[in-house]
Amino acid sequence: MNPLLSLRGLETRFPVRNAFGLRTGWVRAVDHVTLHVMAGETLGLVGESGCGKSSLAKTIIGINRPQAGEILFDGHDIAGLHAGERRAVARELQYVYQDPGASLDPRWKIGSLLEEPLKIHTALSPAERRRRVVEILRAVGLPEAHLERYPHEISGGQQRRVGLARILTLRPKLVILDEPTSGLDVSVQATVLKLFRELRDVFALTYLFVSHDLSVVRLMCERVAVMYLGRVVEVGPTAQVFDAPRHPYTRALLSALPRIGGRRVTDDLKVAGEPPSPTDLPQGCRFRPRCPLAAERCAAEEPALGTEPHAAACHFA
Amino acid sequence: MVELLAVEDLTVGFHTDAGLAQVLDGAGLRIDAGEVVGLVGESGCGKTTLARAILGVLAPAARIGGGIIRFKGEDLLQQDAARLSRDIRGRAITFIPQDPYGSFNPLFTVGAQIRDLVRWKAPRAGRERVMELLRAVQIPEPERALEKLPHEFSGGQRQRLMIAMALLPEPDLIIADEPTTALDVTIQAQILKLLRDLVKDRGISVLFTTHDLGTAWEICDRVSVLYAGQDMEAAPTASFFAAAAHPYTRALLLSLPDPEGDIRDIPGEVPSLLEPPSGCRFHPRCGRASEACRSRPPRREPAPGHLVRCHHPVA
Repeated sequence: MNPLLSLRGLETRFPVRNAFGLRTGWVRAVDHVTLHVMAGETLGLVGESGCGKSSLAKTIIGINRPQAGEILFDGHDIAGLHAGERRAVARELQYVYQDPGASLDPRWKIGSLLEEPLKIHTALSPAERRRRVVEILRAVGLPEAHLERYPHEISGGQQRRVGLARILTLRPKLVILDEPTSGLDVSVQATVLKLFRELRDVFALTYLFVSHDLSVVRLMCERVAVMYLGRVVEVGPTAQVFDAPRHPYTRALLSALPRIGGRRVTDDLKVAGEPPSPTDLPQGCRFRPRCPLAAERCAAEEPALGTEPHAAACHFA
Repeated sequence: MVELLAVEDLTVGFHTDAGLAQVLDGAGLRIDAGEVVGLVGESGCGKTTLARAILGVLAPAARIGGGIIRFKGEDLLQQDAARLSRDIRGRAITFIPQDPYGSFNPLFTVGAQIRDLVRWKAPRAGRERVMELLRAVQIPEPERALEKLPHEFSGGQRQRLMIAMALLPEPDLIIADEPTTALDVTIQAQILKLLRDLVKDRGISVLFTTHDLGTAWEICDRVSVLYAGQDMEAAPTASFFAAAAHPYTRALLLSLPDPEGDIRDIPGEVPSLLEPPSGCRFHPRCGRASEACRSRPPRREPAPGHLVRCHHPVA
């Protein structure tokens, strides 16, 4: 299998400014990340808030400009391309916000909403566009009659389907799902996950699945990458990462996850403390201040991410 | 067990431009002394409205249609407002919010805000007691913490401060409204453990609302489930998860992500509260529904302490 998307040494920094607008430091939101997404797979990107997973997703899609590194999509380096130059590549690389239904223009009918991306990005004739729109609408499980309706005339779940259909009209290869189930109730979450799976099979999609929810990632992804304070600390096949985590942070994260019917995590809690400020990172390994295994070497030398398939950035992995 | 709080047949509606939204429809709930009770359900099921009704802080648009909220033997709905605010709200019943940042005044130090609380709601608490509680919730350097502004604390630390403030008036009941939803999983586990240890030591009851069933498993002695404003089932935590009798509870538990299995959702959508279905509000989505479900089922008790409102419970 070939990587569809390769990140090499990617860095995205944000300046920290004081009250006078002078730069006092940097937040290294994405710090030297190397990661590959294989064609046809679903790669999970997990971590707690502030770990840089959304910054990484937004850097790939071009919302943030990287300071260094390469983003190879389908063989082209798209890092730092301008909007116009990106357009040719961009239609095959799509980004889905938390609630794709919320971004529908309330004054447009569903039919026009679905047709708009085709007008911008393709040279299809009106009849061909219409055919494509109907085909996509069926694929997301909505009746053709909905083309003449406005977003407020359909339910929230259906709006979400229209939002996804809008992205799929361009036949993307890679879809970045940014926290697609955050804030959803479990029963709605199940419906949404089912839809993602169906669409992946029908349209041969590759997903980059960004989420803080480990149980959802376990269900949806073939491989998973764990981020902590801007770095990928562990990456590997989902079953291996969940059953035999190698990085102490991954172990801590998994041990904090409630397991209904199992031992309560509040009975034997492993991780204490909170992540340090991203503007003031510790020397050496970033997890060192919270790590039960930390030794002198961890302060002196930042561990490198080992070799795949199951890699971990820890001296003791 | 000694009953501390009982809600019976509580009906609450909200006037909206589109008509009356029937948010709670004959809802019931019971909390015994010293018990941590989870109130679970999906968004819009009425769990926050029920919590606010108990505290007596419903929005002005709310109309209480009927019911009883019995706290230590007296109906809070019949009490006059002055006595509720003097003796009950913030004193005997305190509150931990979902978003601790929004509940602090950003312009005053944490110490000033705790002093206000002591003045109005906990006059017997001295500086010693404040320090002792800040140490109990593991705030580092409590003396210095009092001089800081709310934004100088992390989300987890702010929630620790909220827990200390909820304990300060020595309440009988704490209502915690999704207190860990905004926190990361490693911080969430720490806060849940802290809250459970503190209330168990002091014999305080907690009503813990959450949409996260994993959290309910972690912290609760008993779990009660609401659907579209109706109580469906209540059971001790172990039976709730292992032997749920209501078809809705079963479907909800099955929709949890299961690494081994398929994804199972609940067909259909939550009904509109403007025109809710008659009887059991789950019946249009329920595989076991019959004609009888158009009337509200009575409470049955399949096992001691296990209550279910369903005409056709799962055996």
